[in-house]
Amino acid sequence: MIATLQETQEHPKKQSGNDGVVIASLRRASKNFGNVQALRQVDFTVRAGELVALLGPNGAGKTTAVKLFLGLAKPTSGTVSVFGGDPINAEVRTRIGAMLQVAKVPETLRVREHIDLFSSYYPKPLPLAETLAVAGLQEIKDREFGELSGGQRQRVLFALALCGDPDIFFLDEPTVGLDVESRRQLWEEIRKLIARGKTILLTTHYLEEADALADRVVVINRGEIIAEGTPAKIKASTAGRRIRCVSSLAIETVRALPGVVEVRRDRDALEIHAAEAEPVLRELLMRDPRLSGLDVSSAGLEEAFLALTQDHGNARVTL
Amino acid sequence: MATVSTTFATIKLERPFSKTLAIYFKEAKYEFLTRLRLRAYSLSTITFPVMFYVLFGLVLNQKDAAVGGTTLPTYLIPTYGAFGVMGASLFGTASGLAAERGLGWLQVKRASPMPPFAYFTAKVALGMIFSTVVVSLLVSLGITFGGVHLPLLEAAKLIAILVAGSLPFCAMGLAIGYFVGPNSAVATINLIYLPLSFCSGLWVPIMFLPKLMQQIAHFLPPYHLAQLALGVVGGGQHESNWTHWEALIGFSLICLGVARLGFQRDEGKMYG
Repeated sequence: MIATLQETQEHPKKQSGNDGVVIASLRRASKNFGNVQALRQVDFTVRAGELVALLGPNGAGKTTAVKLFLGLAKPTSGTVSVFGGDPINAEVRTRIGAMLQVAKVPETLRVREHIDLFSSYYPKPLPLAETLAVAGLQEIKDREFGELSGGQRQRVLFALALCGDPDIFFLDEPTVGLDVESRRQLWEEIRKLIARGKTILLTTHYLEEADALADRVVVINRGEIIAEGTPAKIKASTAGRRIRCVSSLAIETVRALPGVVEVRRDRDALEIHAAEAEPVLRELLMRDPRLSGLDVSSAGLEEAFLALTQDHGNARVTL
Repeated sequence: MATVSTTFATIKLERPFSKTLAIYFKEAKYEFLTRLRLRAYSLSTITFPVMFYVLFGLVLNQKDAAVGGTTLPTYLIPTYGAFGVMGASLFGTASGLAAERGLGWLQVKRASPMPPFAYFTAKVALGMIFSTVVVSLLVSLGITFGGVHLPLLEAAKLIAILVAGSLPFCAMGLAIGYFVGPNSAVATINLIYLPLSFCSGLWVPIMFLPKLMQQIAHFLPPYHLAQLALGVVGGGQHESNWTHWEALIGFSLICLGVARLGFQRDEGKMYG
């Protein structure tokens, strides 16, 4: 287990009485679906008042982790605890708000009816007007769910998560499939929750989203946590450049250049992964005047994960 | 390695009975509204039995045609009533459940502190409400346009039996809903519902079916419901009512058992 208290020190923006107290945790939690290991021995904690982003590519185990926290799945081994209890209990669930990926929601219920029903499940729900206001739904409260746009639908699901005024939120890819504007709107609403002193775990496969919202980013890939740290640090470690060019230089020569992380030969082209592009390019062009087909791009998240795993083996790192 | 362990005050869910009752009521109310606005359900479950009854019981009724010891319009109220009850119950439970479990909505509800039983109760209540509407419509049409003689008490008894008969088919619907996919639910229900209705004598009076089919009908639950209802208007096969009740109760228990297996399988998938 890695202590990450330094992040809370770096973000002194919210100070409530129980900041830093672990309120949800997975301990050596594994989850198998048949032969597939969705999660392997994951240790993971969420502390009061923080916003943690669980970042990873599709199929990394993000949704599985959320389902364990919600009591919708039981770990094959290890334990899950939310507010000191098993999230299968209705008692614990009254303090949890969840936003899951759902293919179809009953379409003929109106927005306010959906919220009214979910509010009734909780002991101390927010007043309807407040839920509508926080989720930005006042103007469409009388519309049927089936008439809403994608962004509006996500906001309704968000409203269902917050209507019971829970203390902790699990948001599973809340902005997936949304256009830029809807995404930013939802971000604003998520920030409002943090301002209210809530605790949030959200999953995403957008580094940008984790960067925009989170105090702490936990990177997960193939069911294992591979990195953990502040968004700035995660970004720095993943912000490499990919250089593609056709060159007669030997792989070994290129690999020896300063700043080069990884070189691969792809047919007649070289694919170079480097921390920064400019120094490597300068050297390349100097050493091979006939270099052609040059292309420089940002390393994608997938490559960043690859770099992280290759750099550190399977050991978890704190950045 | 040791993690910070903190003790939390025990969270007790203090939900007074009145509050629990309110949840059950709201769940049923919104299930009803959802389905009422879903024309595919609300119109077809009511229209089909009513249309059949109007066509075969009222329009094609020849004066003085006697069936099973009573008039055709009288005889067809219990049978099309049973047909309508089956439709409202099966579609009310199975198609909703199959879609909601298959497409993730049930998980959203399960992640909330909703009492799980409220969810199923709402589906059953929906089936019973629509059953009541269908049967009441048939009775009113029969009395108004078919010259059906039905004292108030008998009409109430007829409606009560048929609506109670919704329960076995709600149980059947829950069982089906747990074992079919969201896209195949309606087709599967029709594939079971329509032949079952025909073979139980709900479309064509049972005595007009071939002997063999009449024998087989004894193993079909809708037959027993129709016979119970026919008994009220004096059109039954004069078998013991207990046999019919036993058949329906036994069938309900089997269906509930199957539904429970499905529930456990689903939870097992989740909790496995």
